[in-house]
Amino acid sequence: MPLSSDEASRFADLLKEHGESLTTRWTELVANGLRGRLSSTELRRQIEELRKGFEQALRAGSVHLTDEASAELRAQLSELSGHRARQGFNATETAISVYALKDAVLEVLDNGTDNGGLRDYVAFSSFVDRAALFTFDSYVQVREALIADQAEQLLELSTPVVKLWEGVVAVPLVGTLDSARAQVVMERLLQTLVDTGSPYAIIDITGVPAVDTQVAQHILKTVVAARLMGADCIISGIRPQIAQTIVALGIEFGDIATKASLADALRYVLGKTGNRSLSGKRTER
Amino acid sequence: MERVPVLKIGDILLVSIQIDMEDQVALQLQEDLAERIVATGCHGVIIDISALDIVDSFVGRTLATIASVSRVLDAETVVVGMRPAVAITLVELGLSLPGIRTALNVELGIEMLARARQESNPDLDDDEDEADAAAVSTP
Repeated sequence: MPLSSDEASRFADLLKEHGESLTTRWTELVANGLRGRLSSTELRRQIEELRKGFEQALRAGSVHLTDEASAELRAQLSELSGHRARQGFNATETAISVYALKDAVLEVLDNGTDNGGLRDYVAFSSFVDRAALFTFDSYVQVREALIADQAEQLLELSTPVVKLWEGVVAVPLVGTLDSARAQVVMERLLQTLVDTGSPYAIIDITGVPAVDTQVAQHILKTVVAARLMGADCIISGIRPQIAQTIVALGIEFGDIATKASLADALRYVLGKTGNRSLSGKRTER
Repeated sequence: MERVPVLKIGDILLVSIQIDMEDQVALQLQEDLAERIVATGCHGVIIDISALDIVDSFVGRTLATIASVSRVLDAETVVVGMRPAVAITLVELGLSLPGIRTALNVELGIEMLARARQESNPDLDDDEDEADAAAVSTP
């Protein structure tokens, strides 16, 4: 049941008239729900802004949250929820910040009149609100579990080690390389080197969006580990910007061969092995 | 005390470490190997550590010493078959075993020795080449 513009303006008056006491009560109610994880001055500032947002929206004749007049309020709400999400509050704790306004308003209204039916209805309405919030909470949990699962699958999927040639394997790295992924990539690559007996590995970083010192560190460790095992690594797929970043950051690749493209790297490796086993095989056939 | 056997295969001494590498064992191996190189006149040493779960800094240093000693006696040393987990641990510890040649397995190690021999003695190229090729191309 939407607000009529008449009701909207009456509520705007109410919010203005009782502004101070509403904000105080509202802040108290929210603070109870958040159990001191947010400083009260910070919370009060947020609530005061939110109250003004509501007042302005209603004053401008907004009867729906989707109205043009509520644009600013919507922005405030999404900013608030983004803030709460980043601070690790769950959906209920976030929504309570808004729902608490109803309780605060009821208490203000209650002072003047004694309306049993209205109070009952509001109590029931808050019960339904809780039910809706619980539903939403569960929904978010399931979604988060799904995302976590997918992240794990991505971790497995995105690190294939492919055989490129006799004695040459390649790892096309795609996506951001964090410590966990770097570890997986390193183990996979080294195990594949042992399994296939390939003395050459090409690490292709075409799909890595950015290379910082940490990513470089991970790659260097992998190369050194492969060398310890007796295999040589070539780094390929270095894009122009990445080359500039590497130089700007002062990252030293030392005597590790770096090539611009995978094709160059393969040609380089074949050049090194070509005059032996490969040419030997070719003449045999 | 256990000893690590040193096997002579052609022009190469093969050491396959199958037991836990305690400090005494490592030192004993270092001595045995030096004596065998002199006694046999071999020009290559292959140390297979594929059975080793742990390579600590002492073993790492001993391997480096063995490589240096062999080089003085005109024999190249190749350490082969290091496990991925061992390599990762060594890297995390910051030990990159400088001065040690490595290969993935014994076969590649033999190939590497043959190549090194060829490069260091280009005059022997003609006879050695055939011998090497024969030795390598039989998988």
